[in-house]
Amino acid sequence: MSRDYLFRRILIAIPSLLGISLVLFTVLALAPGDPFGELVTNPNVPAEIRLALRAKFGLDDPVWIRYVRWLNAMLQGDWGFSFTSRMDVDTLIMQRLPTTVAVIGAAQILAIVVAIPVGVLAATRPYSLFDQIANTLAFVGFSLPTFFTGLLLILVFSIQLDWLPFVYRTDIRASGWQWWWEHIRQSIMPVTVLGLFQGASLVRYVRSSVLDVIKLDYVTTARSKGIGEPKVVTRHVVRNALIPVVTLVALQMPVVFGGAIVTEQIFRIPGIGSLLISSILANDTPVVMGVTFVFACLVVLFNLIADILYGWLDPRITFR
Amino acid sequence: MAGSIPASLSADQATGAAATDRPSRPVSLAGEAWRRFRKHRLAVVSLIVLALLIAAVGLGPLLWKVPINDIDFGAKLRGPSLGHPFGTDDLGQDLLARLIYGGRISIAVGLAAMFVAVTFGVMIGAIAGMASGRVDAVLMWITDLFLSLPQLPLLLLVIYLFRDTLKNLLGLEMGVFVLIVLVIGGLRWMPVARLVRAQFLSLREKEFVEAARALGASRIRLVIRHILPNAMGPVIVAGTIDVAAAIIAESTLSFLGLGFPPDVPTWGRVLFDAKDYLDIAPHWALFPGAAIFLTVLSINFIGDGLRDALDPRRVL
Repeated sequence: MSRDYLFRRILIAIPSLLGISLVLFTVLALAPGDPFGELVTNPNVPAEIRLALRAKFGLDDPVWIRYVRWLNAMLQGDWGFSFTSRMDVDTLIMQRLPTTVAVIGAAQILAIVVAIPVGVLAATRPYSLFDQIANTLAFVGFSLPTFFTGLLLILVFSIQLDWLPFVYRTDIRASGWQWWWEHIRQSIMPVTVLGLFQGASLVRYVRSSVLDVIKLDYVTTARSKGIGEPKVVTRHVVRNALIPVVTLVALQMPVVFGGAIVTEQIFRIPGIGSLLISSILANDTPVVMGVTFVFACLVVLFNLIADILYGWLDPRITFR
Repeated sequence: MAGSIPASLSADQATGAAATDRPSRPVSLAGEAWRRFRKHRLAVVSLIVLALLIAAVGLGPLLWKVPINDIDFGAKLRGPSLGHPFGTDDLGQDLLARLIYGGRISIAVGLAAMFVAVTFGVMIGAIAGMASGRVDAVLMWITDLFLSLPQLPLLLLVIYLFRDTLKNLLGLEMGVFVLIVLVIGGLRWMPVARLVRAQFLSLREKEFVEAARALGASRIRLVIRHILPNAMGPVIVAGTIDVAAAIIAESTLSFLGLGFPPDVPTWGRVLFDAKDYLDIAPHWALFPGAAIFLTVLSINFIGDGLRDALDPRRVL
């Protein structure tokens, strides 16, 4: 992979970020009321001051000027002030972001660790009993909505068995191993919920992608050279089959974030997903906008990472 | 569009069966599709389960006449019993009646959102596929852009910003219904558009299209009579799965407390109300959850069966 490829990929990401910001701004501009200025609509403020304020904040300017100004502010990290938390939106989001990223990351790892072996095994024995069971379980897995699996897990492991805590705490008073142990214990359920949901759809992708590769001539060649079947599968088949899977993982990211919002809400994890819900319920517009924008940026970022990985996994891919 | 498929399949059941008895008789396209669909046993079972669910939700109120908002504090949070087969909630309201009512809305949202997504997707895909060149490039850029939008946050944002306006415009329930359907449909058209475009790109070069063009068929006629019917197979499959996705999306919104108002007991909303009583009344959460799960699972399996039936080239 050349440095040129990397550079061009990053350049390509800029228009999509701009596009996303344009969509967000359009939604905001079309919305009734003045989501930008809570002050402006306050009935206690006299009309002339209101007009002066509108002029000062440029609410009467043409739409495109307002867009440029908004985008400029967003880029400079000036994301506004949270009405309910009484702090800057960017500090608030930065406090919450690590938890979300940790949970999503752990869930993705779990999904990949489960899905790749199962998908590969299913594809090497197509239409066998194992394949059918795996396929049925995969269907069950992505038909179970995350909010229901979350409640089921709480019901079984917290209420019936009393093994795991169902409220995620950040104020654990312990240090060293104890601290890690508590954190792992409280993360098990959210990560399982998200990871299995992701893994279920991933299994099908892996299976079909391995099936595409396993019949190719070079695999037959490898077999006829006398290489054992396990080595053929791991070294020759899986390596190539995983290339499209990487893209599909990245394309699934928007869905993952949706799942993360729900899981954070169920297990009361203090991440940006639960921040989004609580700000919506509290009409805290700057935070809502900020969090949505962060989610959008994360999606673009993961697409970018996937494309870069893609180029690294398959050197034949260069930018046209 | 996709909604008419199960009906036509079951209508052709008789011809399909007759055709297998006498192999010399030509098999109709739908009969052939039904034959392939039947091979997918889980899909057939799912079709029956879904039909039962829809019948229960559609005809339920005729048989089970308990009102959904009959408050009875004497019987609150009771488990399943003869008087209340699914138990009661914290206000003593009958859960079976509420789930029947909510199921109507959940399934209606699913179908309507699918219809919006498919209509929009087919239009965009058809225009991009026929126009090619710059129009195609711009439309596909927009499609890719929408694909990389974070859907749930945007869904929440739009509902947060527009809920009150539509509420005033169309009334509480109708306003939320229209908003949810439009937003879910409006964020799910992209896969359909890409499928249709890909189909159009290959179909429009086929001989039969060229023949129709040579006979003087107009562009509109080419698209509607010749290309679109041949491109519908994958669209029907995608549309079926979209129904399931839309039901999940609606339930998610209601579960987060941002969908339908509390007096409209959609399945997600019932779960939202039930989640704080998991320890004393687990049945309250289990029944709506199972209803969502069963519906979505059977629709997904039917989609898989339809894929075998209508789109035999795909492996997935």
